[in-house]
Amino acid sequence: MNTKMIARMLGVLFALEALFMMPAVAVCIVYGEMGAPMTGFLWTAALLALLSGGLMLIGRRATRDFYAREGFIIVALGWGLLSAAGALPFWLSGEIPHYVDAFFETVSGFTTTGASILTNVEAMSHGLLYWRSFTHWLGGMGMLVFLLAVVPTGQGAGYGIHLLRAESPGPTVGKIVPRMRQTASLLYKIYIVLTLICIGFLLAGGMPLFDSLCTAFGTAGTGGFGVKNDSIAGYSPYLQNVCTVFMALFGVNFSIYFLLLLREWRAALFDEELLLYLGVMLGAMFVIAVDVRPLFSGFGEAFHHASFTVSSVMTTTGFATADFNVWPQLSRSILCILMVIGASAGSTGGGVKVARILLLVKGLAVEVRRMLRPRSVNVVRVNRRVVRDEVLHSVNVYMAAYCAIAVTSFLLISLDDFSMETNITAVMACLNNIGPGLDLVGPTGNYAMFSPFAKLVLSMDMLLGRLEIFPILVLFSRHTWNRTR
Amino acid sequence: MNIIIVGDGKVGVALTEQLSQEGHDITVIDSNPKVLEQSIESYDVMVVHGNGASISVLKDAGVETADLLIAATSRDEINLLTCIVARKLGAKHTIARVRNPEYTEQLVLMREELGLSMTVNPEYAAAREIHHLLQFPSFLKRDSFARGRVEIVEVHVDEASSLAGIPLKRLYEIARVRVLVCAVERKGAVHIPDGGFTLQAGDNIYVTAEVRDLAKLIKNLGIVKQKVRNVMIVGGSRVAYYLAMRCLGAGIGVKIIEQDHDRCIELAGLLPEAVIIEADGTRQDILSAEGMAFTDAIITLTNIDEENIVIAMYAGHIGVPKVITKVNRTEYVNTFKRMGVDTFISPKALCCTDIVRYVRAMQNTTGGSVITLHRMVEGKAEALEFRASEATRHLGETLLDIHLKPGILIAGITHGARTVIPSGSDSFAAGDNIVVVAASGRPISDLNDIFAD
Repeated sequence: MNTKMIARMLGVLFALEALFMMPAVAVCIVYGEMGAPMTGFLWTAALLALLSGGLMLIGRRATRDFYAREGFIIVALGWGLLSAAGALPFWLSGEIPHYVDAFFETVSGFTTTGASILTNVEAMSHGLLYWRSFTHWLGGMGMLVFLLAVVPTGQGAGYGIHLLRAESPGPTVGKIVPRMRQTASLLYKIYIVLTLICIGFLLAGGMPLFDSLCTAFGTAGTGGFGVKNDSIAGYSPYLQNVCTVFMALFGVNFSIYFLLLLREWRAALFDEELLLYLGVMLGAMFVIAVDVRPLFSGFGEAFHHASFTVSSVMTTTGFATADFNVWPQLSRSILCILMVIGASAGSTGGGVKVARILLLVKGLAVEVRRMLRPRSVNVVRVNRRVVRDEVLHSVNVYMAAYCAIAVTSFLLISLDDFSMETNITAVMACLNNIGPGLDLVGPTGNYAMFSPFAKLVLSMDMLLGRLEIFPILVLFSRHTWNRTR
Repeated sequence: MNIIIVGDGKVGVALTEQLSQEGHDITVIDSNPKVLEQSIESYDVMVVHGNGASISVLKDAGVETADLLIAATSRDEINLLTCIVARKLGAKHTIARVRNPEYTEQLVLMREELGLSMTVNPEYAAAREIHHLLQFPSFLKRDSFARGRVEIVEVHVDEASSLAGIPLKRLYEIARVRVLVCAVERKGAVHIPDGGFTLQAGDNIYVTAEVRDLAKLIKNLGIVKQKVRNVMIVGGSRVAYYLAMRCLGAGIGVKIIEQDHDRCIELAGLLPEAVIIEADGTRQDILSAEGMAFTDAIITLTNIDEENIVIAMYAGHIGVPKVITKVNRTEYVNTFKRMGVDTFISPKALCCTDIVRYVRAMQNTTGGSVITLHRMVEGKAEALEFRASEATRHLGETLLDIHLKPGILIAGITHGARTVIPSGSDSFAAGDNIVVVAASGRPISDLNDIFAD
């Protein structure tokens, strides 16, 4: 194992995080919060800089041996440590008194979950609120993808692919252009431009600048941290509609946008995953709108709230305009299913991913056909291309691991003696990076009442969900740390 | 540049590595997902799975915006079809690997009619290289420049050599011809030396000299080996055929040992003057019976590296004056060099060099373009020939006044018909051909790249 390279990469990551805290310091200065919040940021940044320098010193003579193992370790360790460090400003400023709570909140931020332990968001200082939302934006596309985009990683080396694969969501991860650095910077360019457009639309609707920035970060990363206690419910319907549309847009595979830039209209618009994603989303919107019609003054209003909620839950954002916990059972069940399905592969959203569901369903159909005609040879095709057996296999293994983790976490947090619905949806909401679940963790509730142990379990679920399980599992494998492999 | 490589085999991978290192955007096409997986994990490239000759696959790989497509699959016909389709779809240049000897005659026709920029034949290039070496068996390697007037030759410095312990500024006292040591390979590392550099036993040195001085150089260095009058070739591959043609043409006797009956018949038909032996050339008794001890040179050309190397080691042990070994995998060459097998030929590497030279010439816009390129010391150093143009800086200044980047050396200047192995008082003018030796790691595509300022 290439420990030096791992140290060097982590060093760069820490330096980037320290850098990314500077806008939050600027926000502190603008709002005159020169006391505890700002010193919290500055101390953290100084600590990060120190650590970063030390790690880079250790890794200064790193060799170029870099394989899948190193990629997994850097991603898993990197995300854990970034969250641990990102939690410091909350804790040092005293605005979140317990470190475990601060850690939960930051993991929730980086993994774009949006699950919060805060009971009164509006009491927080602006600098910390800004940092809380900004972690969504960073975690959405991923810090390591950013690293790949800005740091020259040496000519000819292929190791970027290991990082991209370990960090980016989806059953198959590939480049969109030959060079890793260009691929990463293209992804970020698309991401930044879409975020800016989103901010523009929010500002045009009369949202204050600070709220627009934070809301746009939450939308872009499909995170869901709001700056108001009632999430998005207090804003005008226009602003809510802007969020509906942009949440849905950020839940689309970013390679679709790349195809659109290339003017490959057919390939982009007839992508099977995109069609299924939009189909499920629109279908759910209509069914729920009809189902909740009696709760609202007319179908228009019902559809407005249904569409916002579906878009928010399916893309795993977690903003809320209405308390869907009190909706009829059919709607609640549909929302629970959407939580699991999640957004598209290669987007900023979480969940199992539409691409995997597509492969699972098609794989099942093929398997049934094989049972009827044992000698027939069948293949799964997506976008008129044959899907290799290894990919199908990895999707099945992923689902097995996913279920095992969900069950284990459910068991562990049941120690806290809350209702079954609370526990199940809390695990679902964290593992799929959504945020709000049902019952006590519903849109009006939060995670404050859980014990520190349960909070750590749920934090782990969020990381497992965002990194798609395997990097974290690798970290706990005995073989990973065995020098001779 | 955007480059598409079709066929991720030996040549494909070698090209991927080299071209991606030189900063080009590479897309690799192959029908085997396993080899593609390896490529994407080892190099910063994009891969497309499928048949490279089909329009949809080529379009996926972005052929419309490709500056160059290189077709290097194992099948000539597929390579040609790929190039034709790619040209029609908008690829600016195409290179095909065509190696069936039956197509040799129609190469020019194909290039012109099908719009190919270049065809490469690794086996033919290997045969050409081996024949080149046989002409001066004292050298481990020969590369020629300036239309064959300047050569860079590789010489081994052993314990008994008069060169061991000599600083380079005193080289002329021994060589007594104008020569320049332009690279020294010592324990696997390459040094671009200056005058104070002292040679040691065990070094392999790369020397630039004029061709007419080569014979004198060999004599003065005391490394005379007998002229090759007959060769024994083990393995009747395509390289063997091309090589036999060349050797027979130059009056060198050829004996080919080949195991396969049908191939023997075929070779006997193609090469009536050669002696074809149907036997297993890896067996010691066969080699002895066929007079291995009395042959001037043995060349191992079977398709299996291990067999080639074992036969070569045995031949070296018996004392065959010149032993040349073909290897497909070049990674272990250094290890074998230490075990006494010194001259290696790799068709893949030669073919790769030819293509890289073409790519660098394509890239060049200022006119000071690469004319020839040779890779030395397993690619750790390069010798490049440039033509100086009006745009070249430092025209007319003496070399003493010109500061070059570290690890770079001017090894030869050809002015019209006159070639000089340069010293500090020489200079160059527009139109001259200049041979530059550089440690690799920084690709040089323009003559102006060599200057420090």
